[in-house]
Amino acid sequence: MAEKSYQAGVKEYRDKYWTPDYVPLDTDLLACFKVTGQPEVPREEIAAAVAAESSTGTWSTVWSELLTDLEYYKGRAYRIEDVPGDSESFYAFVAYPIDLFEEGSVVNVLTSLVGNVFGFKALKHLRLEDIRFPIAYIKTCGGPPAGIQVERDRLGKYGRPMLGATIKPKLGLSAKNYGRAVYECLRGGLDMTKDDENVNSQPFMRWRDRFEFVGEALQKAEQETGERKGHYLNVTAATPEEMYKRAEFAKEVGSPIMMHDFLTGGFTANTGLANWCRENGMLLHIHRAMHAVIDRHPKHGIHFRVLAKCLRLSGGDHLHTGTVVGKLEGDRNSTLGFVDQLRESFVPEDRSRGVFFDQDWGSMPGVFAVASGGIHVWHMPALVTIFGDDSMLQFGGGTQGHPWGNAAGAAANRVALEASIKARNEGREIEKEARDILIEAAKTSPELAIAMETWKEIKFEFETVDKLDVG
Amino acid sequence: MAVQHDMGNYDTANTLETFGFLPKMDSNEIQAQIAYVLANGWAPAIEHTLPEQASDHYWTMWKLPFFGETDLGAVLAELDACHRQFPNHHVRLTGYDNYTQSQGAAFVVFEGRA
Repeated sequence: MAEKSYQAGVKEYRDKYWTPDYVPLDTDLLACFKVTGQPEVPREEIAAAVAAESSTGTWSTVWSELLTDLEYYKGRAYRIEDVPGDSESFYAFVAYPIDLFEEGSVVNVLTSLVGNVFGFKALKHLRLEDIRFPIAYIKTCGGPPAGIQVERDRLGKYGRPMLGATIKPKLGLSAKNYGRAVYECLRGGLDMTKDDENVNSQPFMRWRDRFEFVGEALQKAEQETGERKGHYLNVTAATPEEMYKRAEFAKEVGSPIMMHDFLTGGFTANTGLANWCRENGMLLHIHRAMHAVIDRHPKHGIHFRVLAKCLRLSGGDHLHTGTVVGKLEGDRNSTLGFVDQLRESFVPEDRSRGVFFDQDWGSMPGVFAVASGGIHVWHMPALVTIFGDDSMLQFGGGTQGHPWGNAAGAAANRVALEASIKARNEGREIEKEARDILIEAAKTSPELAIAMETWKEIKFEFETVDKLDVG
Repeated sequence: MAVQHDMGNYDTANTLETFGFLPKMDSNEIQAQIAYVLANGWAPAIEHTLPEQASDHYWTMWKLPFFGETDLGAVLAELDACHRQFPNHHVRLTGYDNYTQSQGAAFVVFEGRA
């Protein structure tokens, strides 16, 4: 006998979707939204609306709801918190049952959580601050093709961050001249170089020509230095078919690594490419063009920590995280918060880093944090302190802008890095003693001395736009 | 614009990975790095190879990793012993990290004569 009867009409969301007594299950996917509602609507009603519109609900009651058990499938707003120092907005915590989501699909998770709800009229702004993925869901995702440990073993690089550079000028070089710039950086001591994200397959340099010359540059630099080298060949393309064609050729020319832009390319393409890389023994570097459109506004969009978590699940061995000290936006504590999400197997809740939930990553491999953009030798001790060994430090202008050229610029960076690591291991406070450490190292490296002279005045000191919420 | 006559030229070097760009360390500096390995709870280990095989993933182990060793001098003595027996080989110190299943440190202490 039916227990409920159908009554058409519009109900208040909070009757069904505001459940302050609910205790989330270990298998629930939890989300924290920063909500800015229209002033006349109560917080509970808005939080319930967010839960409803991002799960089972719609604006009107429909008869077919009675054919299923919506109590089992619905999302629940279970907690509301003030945002420190902000009377206009509040945090809404929502629990979603795991069966709302297809296994191994961050695409499906995001389509629900950041779908129609973001355009909802009762809201002025909405920002997805954090997601707690249950370990049961994480085990359904492929994750990084290799991970930090496997990448280090393949390349034989231990006990230090890796060094890279994006090849400049980013547009307009011919394939042969581009390969020259790669070779010069690598022979000078960088571990890897990178295609600029804008480089796909333009008329001035078609992808196949670039891959061939870069392949030769890699081989030659490896022979001459005795070290393993890589270049992130950008396989981001207009269609998946074209992307896979380029991926095949990147493997054929002998690069250990390729590159994808996960937001402009999309999570479907990214997850597919990550799976391909895993099956083909290739590393995958992930660039994040378009992220600031999504994550920079403090009240609307998706925080980068969520995008970083989604990328670790979708798959990538490196992910750009900002530099804290360079030319691009990034608060130090907030950055450390999502760097942990990339690399650790468990990250505890820590509001001082913007981490809203305990996150158990289980056996999911770690992702190298990539610091890139406006950094140079003077930043090296700070970068080593902030990012630690499991990072990729990329000096584009800071390598190729050296007065003696790319190889000397690369050597300057490598000397600065190794001097910082050596001093750190000796127990010195390298951020405080940065100047002494670099000046000492430059005594035996004229390349470093020139680099320090070249970039001594360059600073990027602007206020961060997206600050952590503190009172 | 005038030609830069003071421009330097960088010669490619065979650099053997971490610390390959720094001057050769003296025994105090080597001991400081061993101390770092031990302080992290990693197991110090020594391996060696002919220079022409330096790119191989596997070098030959000198004895087993020194699990539980706490004496810096003892590790240094093993490095010296390996170097004396294989003067033509590169000799590398590594720190095995059993938590990450990786090496927290790895650097060449003695370069063999090629």
